Amino acid sequence: MVADNSSKSLSVTLRVWRQAGPAAPGRFVDYPARNLNSNMSFLEMLDVVNDELTKQGEEPIAFAHDCREGICGTCSCTINGKPHGPGHGIATCQTYLRSFKDGDVIVVEPFRARAFPLVKDLVVDRSAFDQIIQAGGFISVRTGAAPDANSIPVPKPDADLAMDAAACIGCGACVAACKNASAMLFVAAKVSQLGLLPQGQPERDQRVLAMVGKMDELGFGNCTNQYECSAACPKSISHDFIARMNRDYLKASLRSALKPTSNASGGGAG
Amino acid sequence: MATLDSKVPSGPLADKWRKHKADIKLVNPANKRKYEVIVVGAGLAGSSAAATLAELGYKVKSFVFHDSPRRAHSIAAQGGINAAKNYQNDGDSVYRLFYDTIKGGDYRSREANVHRLAEVSVNIIDQCVAQGVPFAREYGGLLANRSFGGAQVSRTFYARGQTGQQLLLGAYSALSRMVGAGAIELHTHSEMLDLVVVNGQAKGIIVRNLITGEISRHAADAVVLATGGYGNVFNLSTYARGSNVTAIWRAYKRGACMANPCYTQIHPTCIPVTGDYQSKLTLMSESLRNDGRIWVPKRKEDRLKPPASIPEEDRDYYLERIYPSFGNLCPRDVASRAAKRVCDEGRGVGESGLGVYLDFADAINRLSESGVRERYGNLFDIYHEITAENAYQVPMRIYPAVHYTMGGLWVDYNLMSNLPGLFVLGEANFSDHGANRLGASALMQGLADGYFVIPYTIGDYLASQRPGSRPSADSAEFRGAEENVRSLTDRLLATKGKEPVSHFHKRLGKIMWEHCGMARTRAGLEEALKLIPALREEFWANVNVPGSAETMNQSLEQAGRVADFLEFGELLCLDALKREESCGGHFREEYQYPDGECKRDDANFGHVAAWEYQGADRAPLRNTEPLNYEFVKMSVRNYK
Repeated sequence: MVADNSSKSLSVTLRVWRQAGPAAPGRFVDYPARNLNSNMSFLEMLDVVNDELTKQGEEPIAFAHDCREGICGTCSCTINGKPHGPGHGIATCQTYLRSFKDGDVIVVEPFRARAFPLVKDLVVDRSAFDQIIQAGGFISVRTGAAPDANSIPVPKPDADLAMDAAACIGCGACVAACKNASAMLFVAAKVSQLGLLPQGQPERDQRVLAMVGKMDELGFGNCTNQYECSAACPKSISHDFIARMNRDYLKASLRSALKPTSNASGGGAG
Repeated sequence: MATLDSKVPSGPLADKWRKHKADIKLVNPANKRKYEVIVVGAGLAGSSAAATLAELGYKVKSFVFHDSPRRAHSIAAQGGINAAKNYQNDGDSVYRLFYDTIKGGDYRSREANVHRLAEVSVNIIDQCVAQGVPFAREYGGLLANRSFGGAQVSRTFYARGQTGQQLLLGAYSALSRMVGAGAIELHTHSEMLDLVVVNGQAKGIIVRNLITGEISRHAADAVVLATGGYGNVFNLSTYARGSNVTAIWRAYKRGACMANPCYTQIHPTCIPVTGDYQSKLTLMSESLRNDGRIWVPKRKEDRLKPPASIPEEDRDYYLERIYPSFGNLCPRDVASRAAKRVCDEGRGVGESGLGVYLDFADAINRLSESGVRERYGNLFDIYHEITAENAYQVPMRIYPAVHYTMGGLWVDYNLMSNLPGLFVLGEANFSDHGANRLGASALMQGLADGYFVIPYTIGDYLASQRPGSRPSADSAEFRGAEENVRSLTDRLLATKGKEPVSHFHKRLGKIMWEHCGMARTRAGLEEALKLIPALREEFWANVNVPGSAETMNQSLEQAGRVADFLEFGELLCLDALKREESCGGHFREEYQYPDGECKRDDANFGHVAAWEYQGADRAPLRNTEPLNYEFVKMSVRNYK
């Protein structure tokens, strides 16, 4: 199976969400994009359209992008209603025009979710994800305090499953795809990665409680098991991790209810 | 003239770092919170430094132009990270990693720095595993390794093809922990646009908020730059689109020396260019060279034939032929030039003729398709997305592309620049890799600098600064620097020419690639040194930057960075012109052995060239730091 990658020319109409800022009204604007090369990436097409807009004295379309190889998680368009576009398991920057037909109208919007306020045009603010990680998405280990790396063997299946979860690029497509704008897949991926490893056990309960608590506080919705998140995820992270997180959360809630409530860390002997 | 004292400690090589750590000054724990440290950039070096300095008790302010620290381009490193753990029992050691790195760098790095790097490499793996980095493991649960170019041992740790991502997320988690604890003040969407120097010392930065356009002044007791490499001066590269030279270039214009800018790395295994609309080149990890075999047809006439129809005897596995002992795993500069040579001979494959095959047929026979998929599945997927070709069935086509820059701001053994108080880490500095970096060593250096070097060495500087002595951000120096930033912004917006910024970036990239790419000549460099100032002049007359400065304006961001590349590119070519030898990634056609290998001139160029800014209208000054090889004999690299 060798797909057809010979270059073809195509012309499309881009229907793009334009909004000057969070308080400004937004609207769709049509832009013709002509004589494109089918081997061009979707973002390269936006580059070309933006250069044309600039030459015409208009302000180019603001869009988030950086690595353009599907790993940094910066790009964030919803294309024809699908976060990251028509492909499966790829980000917007890995979408190529060979996925579209000559004459297509392509609707391009920002990721939409209450917890991701709009910045400008196609750019949204996803700092809520950082706040969730800051609440507990880590293992507390000071630099220099680590034992030899091979002192704790990790069964290969556990390490592999942790890696599956760790592949998350923090793009927010899961949130944009979810009718509840839930961040469960994002949170579950980090909770599962660290919960699967022996190094993550000491803070396992505390971590899941803190991260889920922060997620709720920031205005993300709940999971109603539609699995749109996994379908939209550029790294195809499995919704099974959500079930794993729910189990962890339940256990942690029960255990925390049984624990003394005092947070006192002790006054020190000296 | 700048003073370039490397401050390399005396004594036996293996004892230098230990001795130095015992000798340098400390800041007492109660005083640490009185010092503020600015860290710019949040890739491996910046995140690890910010997290560790905050753990120590310093007040840290972290600045990134991205929307999150997790986006920094370290995230895209695929293949792995080296460490002298010798878990494979294959004869590795700190000395061997040191030696491979010195030799790989073509004897143009500092012995003492490289030895320290090899020493702390083992601590990095420990640290990352403790953070929950899911490195690849063997069935017994212990860590797995693979081989990388320029080494004959398996010392590379990896997390599938996403090692950089996993290490960065580890460092990001450490940084986030300290942000959550209130020990780091994190400024995202914040681009450093000037360095503030007060009484000859770096004491702050000027920052533009990329969402609101607000310009702010930030004072500190020390400034740490970890802002990455400058490969986008070539426009097309494997770098992220946002990667830029601005932070280090503006520091250079404030007096920090720029060392060896001509040392650029061209990576041999990237997906070839397909059209002039292209914005980016994608790397196929060097780890693929463990199992893939590189070849071109022996005869020009066969170059467009389907590869499967070319019988074994008509194929030239040229790396295995020329370099039998290292074969497909020879260093990057060597492999890139070999690819260029066979393509120049007319034997390159693909429509453009600028490509060679990376063939997995033998590996699939040996390991089965699923075995290859387990090792490299995500890389094959990336290749398929970009080219629509199935590399399990037809060989990949690859060609060299700009990938890393070994040059950067000059630093001493403490990673401090010639400007006191300015520290430079990771790819942004010039140290450790000499004229060529070995695969899986960038991640090692970024984390070594951030986790294990700067936490010690910054204390030595801060101990000399009275607590509370940092200048006010309202002082004349700060206001002057802010004014400098505002006037540059105004000038960019006021030009109102006809061409978008990308037009100039593409043209600069073509000049750089053609005249200062894989092979350089005196005539070509002299030509580039005429073309670049002319292009720069055209930019300032004809660039069109729409919009305003008071809002998110991506054209304005880009314009500032390209304006800096248009100045920096000239210095890069000048450095390449003045280095009249070939070494590592710097290949001057005039200086080569009959077999096409680099001909170094140790007597005249066994030094670091550190350029010093002399003002806009004057040529920069070329200072030198001699490289004294006390422990290793400088010799001709041999990978045959």
